[in-house]
Amino acid sequence: MIPEIGQFALVLSLILVLIQGTLPLIGAAKNIPAWMALARRTAQGTFFFLILAYGCLIYSFVVNDFSVLNVANNSNTQLPLAYRIAAAWGSHEGSIMLWVCLLGIWSFAVSVFSRHLPEEMVARVLGVMGLITVGLLLFLLFTSNPFERIFPMPADGRDLNPLLQDPGMVLHPPMLYMGYVGFSVAFSFAVAALLSGKLDATWARWSRPWTLLAWSFLTVGILIGSWWAYYELGWGGWWFWDPVENASLMPWLIGTALIHSLAVTEKRGTFKIWTVLLAIVAFSLSLLGTFLVRSGVLTSVHAFATDPRRGLFILAFLALVIGGSFALFAFRALRVGTPGAFKPVSCETALLGNNILLGVSCGTVLLGTLYPLFLDALNLGKISVGPPYFEKVFVPIMALVVLLMGAGPLIRWKEMDASSLFRKLAIPFGVSFIAALLLAIMLKGFAWTSVVLLTLGFFMAFWILSTLIVRLMQALSGDLAKKLRRQPASFWGMCLAHLGIAVFVIGVTVVKGFEAERDVKMAIGDTVEVGGYTFKLEGLEAVTGANYDATRGTFALIKGEKELRKLYPEKRIYASHGMPMTEASIDSGIFGDRYVSLGEQLSPESWIVRVYYKPFVTWIWGGCILMALGGLLALIDRRYRVKTHHPAPISLMRYTLTGNTVIK
Amino acid sequence: MKKWLILLISWWLVLPAWALEATPTENDPVAQKRAVELELKLRCLVCQNQSIAESDAELAVDLRRQVRHFVAEGKSDEEIIQFMTDRYGDFVLYQPPVKTTTVLLWAGPIVLLLLGLASMLLLVRRYSKSADQSNEQLSAAEEARATALIEGRDEL
Repeated sequence: MIPEIGQFALVLSLILVLIQGTLPLIGAAKNIPAWMALARRTAQGTFFFLILAYGCLIYSFVVNDFSVLNVANNSNTQLPLAYRIAAAWGSHEGSIMLWVCLLGIWSFAVSVFSRHLPEEMVARVLGVMGLITVGLLLFLLFTSNPFERIFPMPADGRDLNPLLQDPGMVLHPPMLYMGYVGFSVAFSFAVAALLSGKLDATWARWSRPWTLLAWSFLTVGILIGSWWAYYELGWGGWWFWDPVENASLMPWLIGTALIHSLAVTEKRGTFKIWTVLLAIVAFSLSLLGTFLVRSGVLTSVHAFATDPRRGLFILAFLALVIGGSFALFAFRALRVGTPGAFKPVSCETALLGNNILLGVSCGTVLLGTLYPLFLDALNLGKISVGPPYFEKVFVPIMALVVLLMGAGPLIRWKEMDASSLFRKLAIPFGVSFIAALLLAIMLKGFAWTSVVLLTLGFFMAFWILSTLIVRLMQALSGDLAKKLRRQPASFWGMCLAHLGIAVFVIGVTVVKGFEAERDVKMAIGDTVEVGGYTFKLEGLEAVTGANYDATRGTFALIKGEKELRKLYPEKRIYASHGMPMTEASIDSGIFGDRYVSLGEQLSPESWIVRVYYKPFVTWIWGGCILMALGGLLALIDRRYRVKTHHPAPISLMRYTLTGNTVIK
Repeated sequence: MKKWLILLISWWLVLPAWALEATPTENDPVAQKRAVELELKLRCLVCQNQSIAESDAELAVDLRRQVRHFVAEGKSDEEIIQFMTDRYGDFVLYQPPVKTTTVLLWAGPIVLLLLGLASMLLLVRRYSKSADQSNEQLSAAEEARATALIEGRDEL
């Protein structure tokens, strides 16, 4: 009964969303207020029914209703409650359902927090979001129905993939999808602006907080995924350049470009077309990511060919969304002139460079991810494109981005004297370089290859930090208290996010430069030393969990003579899958992690044991947290909450404040 | 699938006697580091997408031992990579070799970067030109209004 209610709610939301995607858009075009007013109501109704449907799905998982195919395939009576709930988004059907549901939540949020927008704009934005929801709901109902029943009903379910039975699973997909789906708001604002033909600074101001929020969610989602892989896969890696990871990195890169480009559009009225394009691309990449992960092309292009229904549907949807929005873009955007003017040495140029480099880096990731698929599809051989390739091509581009990132905040809008910029940058550059070089030599001696790499890494981090300090001094010179109050939240958001990048770079540099690992055979009583710490195997025992049997090792972590703590890595065999899973045990700290995991059993008393010392690895995720916080901080900026009824004075103010002739 | 099966069996037939020994490089940190770096470049053929350094699959475990034995025997990186490619094909390499089918893959990023920089140059030139023009225009058309504004005569 409950699954049928869920099913019914899905169909009702499809009907509502069909209205949401059509009448308000027509109303906005023909200026029919009653039709435009439908946008908010239908969006809120859709939201209600989608949440109801999702509640029904979660309920089916919680009560182990194995007559629902999705539950039978992905859950089990022995599965703990928290994972039964998380299993509701662990399957293909469930994750698409989550996608649609989050889209409902974002639409609802837009309908509630858009009181200050013109009715016509709200109608268009919600209308476009409605159309996207229609596509995904059709996909859900016709190819991936989460409520499909089976008969006869199995006695027990097949269980959730053991890899997914982890707290990371509870958080990672919702966060990541909040980011993916959140870009649909930026996309809808862009399309709405194209439809209305009004691309101006106010449009950028409306869409900016939504984009920042989506970007922050995406950052957190990627961070949790990375951290999860780190402790769950059992060998201490934190980024694998796996196609699935790349699928989330690409929208992040373009999203990063987008929030910077929006800043220029809002503050200077320039880059409008470019910003619209980025908003379209960011969401298209989110959809592409969903396609790559969900269609099965990644496992093998042939797997895609054997069950092409889902893949073809998303591909068609992708073509429709991307093709449609680009056609609209080509038709409308080129008619909007490109006002705005700036000199080669200006903040605009720096941000244009940022955009282009981020675009190039995203293109590179896309190329590396899709290339093997194309080769395979064309029968030109099977190749693997992995970390060595991406590190060679992606890292140099990012180094350029960081170089620009340090200089950017110090360059003035519109025009700046090259020599005064040079004077500002010379000291941070010199200091960072010398400090980085000295630090590298101090830590590594004169082993040149590693010194060069370390210097580069440290330099990038110090460069960001020192230029930030210069920027802060510039912002806060004079009456400190007054200046502190006068800086907008978005300024502090920028500082925090850039600081996050510096922290991230330090983490990566130190881990790459100083991580140590041992991979040894150990019996009870044996010790192994890594990175100045000693691990002693003290015991091995069999333990039984809720739905698995495991061997648990007891290790003492010793520094010098002193025992710091015990670590308990496990090797689990899940009853339902018979697949061995490694549960690493980690002593985590600000300055590094001590990590131990069980490899293979050699004899009843001896195991291959992997121990790692990962200095500063937590800084990688710490940096990501700072970036996300920076995004959130920029979001609470006052000016997004103030009503803006008078665009005219603002544009005039821009002339008076920035037109050089006036200041002269 | 069949191909992999044959591979697996043939590899099992030549399964060396040292399969259950401890790893041969475990007491030499330099060799160990080199072995791990090599293992990260080699793909586990039976896994979804993992290098042999990461995987717990039996094939990966044994390929790891093999790599470590080669390293301990003093074989060079190139020799080891060559050995693996001869046996398993390009698919085993995470860094694809440069050849006709991968030219686009390797040239792509450079081409993209050059295109990006070129378009940036063009854009900056265009905007810079309009900056020169708008400055002149501003001084002509807006100066009066701006002075009016400053003197408080214009009420917007």
